[in-house]
Amino acid sequence: MTPGDPKPVFHPASAPDFVPLPLLRKLQLDRLRAIVSHAYERVELFGQRLEDRNLAPARIQSLDDVSRLPFTTKADLRDTYPFGLFASPLKDVVRVHASSGTTGKPIVVAYTKADVDVWTSVMVRSFAACGLHEGDIIQNAYGYGLFTGGLGMHYGGEGIGATVIPISGGNTDRQIMVLKDFGVTAICCTPTYFLHLVDRAAQLGVDMRTLPLRVGVFGAEPWTQSMRRHIENATDIQAFDIYGLSEIIGPGVAVECPQHEGLHIFEDHFYPEVVDPETGRVLPDGQEGELVLTTLSKWAMPMIRYRTRDITAILPGACPCGRTLRRMRRIGRRSDDMLIVRGVNVYPSQIEAVLLEVEGTLPHYQLILTREHGLDQLEAQVEVTPQVFSDRVGVLEALSEKLVDTIERVVGIRIKVTLVEPQTIQRSEGKAKRVIDKRGQS
Amino acid sequence: MKIQQLSIFAENKPGHIAAPCRLLAEQGVDIRALALADTQKFGILRLIVSDATKATRVLEAAGHVVKTTEVIAIAVPDQPGGLAQVLATLGGTSVSIEYMYAFPFGRDGKAVLIFRFDDPDAAIKALQSKGVPVLAGDLILKG
Repeated sequence: MTPGDPKPVFHPASAPDFVPLPLLRKLQLDRLRAIVSHAYERVELFGQRLEDRNLAPARIQSLDDVSRLPFTTKADLRDTYPFGLFASPLKDVVRVHASSGTTGKPIVVAYTKADVDVWTSVMVRSFAACGLHEGDIIQNAYGYGLFTGGLGMHYGGEGIGATVIPISGGNTDRQIMVLKDFGVTAICCTPTYFLHLVDRAAQLGVDMRTLPLRVGVFGAEPWTQSMRRHIENATDIQAFDIYGLSEIIGPGVAVECPQHEGLHIFEDHFYPEVVDPETGRVLPDGQEGELVLTTLSKWAMPMIRYRTRDITAILPGACPCGRTLRRMRRIGRRSDDMLIVRGVNVYPSQIEAVLLEVEGTLPHYQLILTREHGLDQLEAQVEVTPQVFSDRVGVLEALSEKLVDTIERVVGIRIKVTLVEPQTIQRSEGKAKRVIDKRGQS
Repeated sequence: MKIQQLSIFAENKPGHIAAPCRLLAEQGVDIRALALADTQKFGILRLIVSDATKATRVLEAAGHVVKTTEVIAIAVPDQPGGLAQVLATLGGTSVSIEYMYAFPFGRDGKAVLIFRFDDPDAAIKALQSKGVPVLAGDLILKG
């Protein structure tokens, strides 16, 4: 095996992906019963909810009984901020990560040593499914820090025996230099950032097709089949979709295999259901609905039937790759109003809270999403109100700067704020349309 | 002494100054003086008009955000150093000028300047104590 080997090879780490179904179902049930007991005993919220339903963990007898368990939502994480859902004492928690919540406070997630090992193992299996192996050189352009993307990929890359370049996000010219000079064979980042790299490389006269780069592992935001074709045509690499979320573990919940027909969910650790987002009723495989995940082997912070808000369907039938793990269709949209901008979760309610805080009253506003040079741009157009209007230029400039700074503090990204004349934002039935997403058009 | 100045917010786009001006014309409101402050992102149109109350009503009815501020008109000798002399008299006081612009119609060999002070009352007092004449609002509004 040499770096740059184009043929997907069976990697020993992938063995659990091929477990016979009866064995997989038994493993899931055993793990489910253990984790429900653990969550019930250690987390007040879960214990209370099961008691309210008169549902003792011992009554979970089959995988179908999962549907009797109560849902967990992002609001639960917010309400118990920061450590309220931890099921292990802090001395056993070796790592915390955080991601932005729906309002100002982030949501916090925790890992024991065993949880980090599980995370590493699913990331190793993810990379193996993407055809990576020992000898590969992985440029990890996900952000390192509280965001799970950076460290999740990093551990997986080291775990599979590759050389990991922890370059983190940003500094595009340096990314291209490293890509070229270090003989990088695989890159991890958001698909939109990769498109940006491709454009910038072209400007710098670097033809990506001539580089040893052969695999891209792209996630943290929804992307489309046409983006894949664009990426693959422009670079001669194979692009893989990876899925994950901090609340469950981070990246490595599901990943594509070389068939590129949906993402295999690592079901031995994450039990998937698809439910009707309105009624919460479980839908049969093949039907579209909201993905709900239960962690089967996460001890510091188990999640019982977590509502991901991601809309997908479980694909029926076996995958030609031979994996027994069920596949979900790639995520195209969400059931709530969360936006994913450059990989960062943004809720219009966060921006609304800032406008209210800074201006004192809530002005009409509109969020406009565009994609420039493959990079998401978010602009908030805010109508000028009599309360904030001034005859002095400096006052209005200070206002828009303060809005930009406060939004950055709350949301984590810098966006563009434009003050607009009153009555210029279109209203339908008196309410302004809050979000205009033009990203699909470019 | 003090004159009502109207300010309206205008996006930095073609036609965004014309609309309010046309609106005032239709209502028979005369624009006596005008200044546009513009930045890369937006503009503020400042107007002194013959009937501030009516103009405010008309502009607000059309959806504009109108801010009324008090400004002061000062006549300075229309010769080199005329303005410098007036500014010098303010030098020793605590009043500060937010911005200023010229009034297009001078009179009796004097140029008329519109001043927006942070504290107009203190400014009037300071100017008068130094013997700088502050023009009556009527002179400006009626022409």
